[in-house]
Amino acid sequence: MPSTEAVSAHAIRRIVLDQSKRAHVGHIGSCLSIADIVAVLYGGVLDVADPGDADRDRFILSKGHAALALYAALHLRGWLNAEELDTYCGDGSRLGVHPEHFLPGVDFSTGSLGHGLAMGVGAALAARAQGSSRRVFVLLSDAECNEGSVWEAVMFAAHHGLANLVAVVDDNGQQALGHTKDVLDLSPMADRWRAFGWDARGVDGNDAGGLTAALARPGLGGRPLVVVAETTFGKGVSFMEDQIRWHYMPMSDAEHVQAVEEVDQARCAPQSSAP
Amino acid sequence: MRAAILRTLTELAAADARVVLLTGDLGFMVVESFAERFPDRFWNVGVAEQDMIGIATGMAEAGLIPFTYSIATFATLRPYEFVRNGPVHHRLPVRILGVGGGFEYGSAGPTHHGLEDVAVMRALPGLTVVAPADHAQAAAALRATWDLPGPVYYRLGKDDRSLVPGLGGRFALGRTQTVRAASAGVVIVSLGPIAREAVAAAELLDQRGLDCRVEVVASVSPAPVADLVEALRHAHTVVTVETHSVVGGLGSLVCEIVAEQGLGCRVVRCGVRSGPDGIGGSEGFLNVRHGLDRTAIAQTVQEAASISATRPAQPTTS
Repeated sequence: MPSTEAVSAHAIRRIVLDQSKRAHVGHIGSCLSIADIVAVLYGGVLDVADPGDADRDRFILSKGHAALALYAALHLRGWLNAEELDTYCGDGSRLGVHPEHFLPGVDFSTGSLGHGLAMGVGAALAARAQGSSRRVFVLLSDAECNEGSVWEAVMFAAHHGLANLVAVVDDNGQQALGHTKDVLDLSPMADRWRAFGWDARGVDGNDAGGLTAALARPGLGGRPLVVVAETTFGKGVSFMEDQIRWHYMPMSDAEHVQAVEEVDQARCAPQSSAP
Repeated sequence: MRAAILRTLTELAAADARVVLLTGDLGFMVVESFAERFPDRFWNVGVAEQDMIGIATGMAEAGLIPFTYSIATFATLRPYEFVRNGPVHHRLPVRILGVGGGFEYGSAGPTHHGLEDVAVMRALPGLTVVAPADHAQAAAALRATWDLPGPVYYRLGKDDRSLVPGLGGRFALGRTQTVRAASAGVVIVSLGPIAREAVAAAELLDQRGLDCRVEVVASVSPAPVADLVEALRHAHTVVTVETHSVVGGLGSLVCEIVAEQGLGCRVVRCGVRSGPDGIGGSEGFLNVRHGLDRTAIAQTVQEAASISATRPAQPTTS
């Protein structure tokens, strides 16, 4: 029976690998890097019993190119059936590389980087104006913070003390043409958000326990919260980890077999705090 | 026009708690009355138009009706992609108030002139585009559109005193307003406050024995196709008048309708055809410079009509 218990980083990774292989598409590394974050959110942090509930917590995947990880979570929660999941990237599908709000469970369409946080700020401001305790979570990529619009939203959220807003930065150190430190260095990421007035927490973004703890408490002092989640691009598949080509490449049959084996082995190996 | 809009908006807000107002740090002596009456429903987002549209998108998804306020060019061109991927793509009731279309911020210079906003906003499917010709029409347009389910762009002027003769504060979505009826073959179609000059040009021409019909287009999207077809059906000459680029705005809209409907009239576009050249001045000066005063419009109409009238109309068939 689909439930929050069904959502695990392992299950998300398996879906990412299998659907990417079936559809013969890329963006695998980015999906794998956020699998643990998405698992923690949809495994309990997000207060969403029904994606049609107007007073549900909102989630915005601002790094929309990792939508497959979101589709996986929606499937594991029972809101997206296997038949439709199998249409990923197909003709006539509602499931593209980037998520569309037409699909139940997707709160906002994304894909153009730098857009999601501003919408999240509006969602949080509306919740406050409407007297609702619902929260808004926005998942950004680290390279997305190159966009000036991100910082417009960061400033507004801090100025207005939007404590119901949580940003998670998938800090995998990669962007489309290189390492972030070489393209446009954003370190120290957490300090930059703090300087703009946010409560910032740094965690291992591939560790469920640390993520859950960081997301459990709201921002201190009524401030918006950013969790800078240090992740490994391509996490869980040895030949993908920290390899930029897996931003683009689809897998061969052999690569898929090896990737699945590694992900399944990691599930069986003893881990301190995996979901 | 902006004062009429804010006064009307404040009345609407009193009746419906979903109405909120965001400004990109503009609207001195315009937005204060709303802000003072509804301090919990007003936010100055700072000089951040992209953020303003993004915030409005998030608020609209939650069931609010956010109005955003800025100068026309800043309200549209800077956050254009946020408008497209936000309220347009999500089909949400965000309202964009853009003040100062055309050369209304004359001596402020080209950065402040709104000469492409209608073109780019008109290209967005599902976005209602409204460009009132005077303050009475603006208030009527707002009352007719404020609670539409989808997004709306309002191209507004600053003038809250002048009225377009014959307009009488009329507005209807998808319709034109006839402000000067005539049976002759010449029609002037106008957008925005420059309609006053268009009407004045028609009066000049009337004195010279040339009778012109004048139509005001305030509902740009949805386009008033049926009304324009009816107005142009028997015309041999149509002249469009707008303080906007001749590319993409009213002139283009009329050309599209004339071509697609197979109408047999010639279209001449009065509008802006050149970019900044370092010479600035008042709105009036710049309008004259671009042939958008009554004398120049009348001259353009007269020349076009004399050429077109000498050859028979040849309706195209498809």
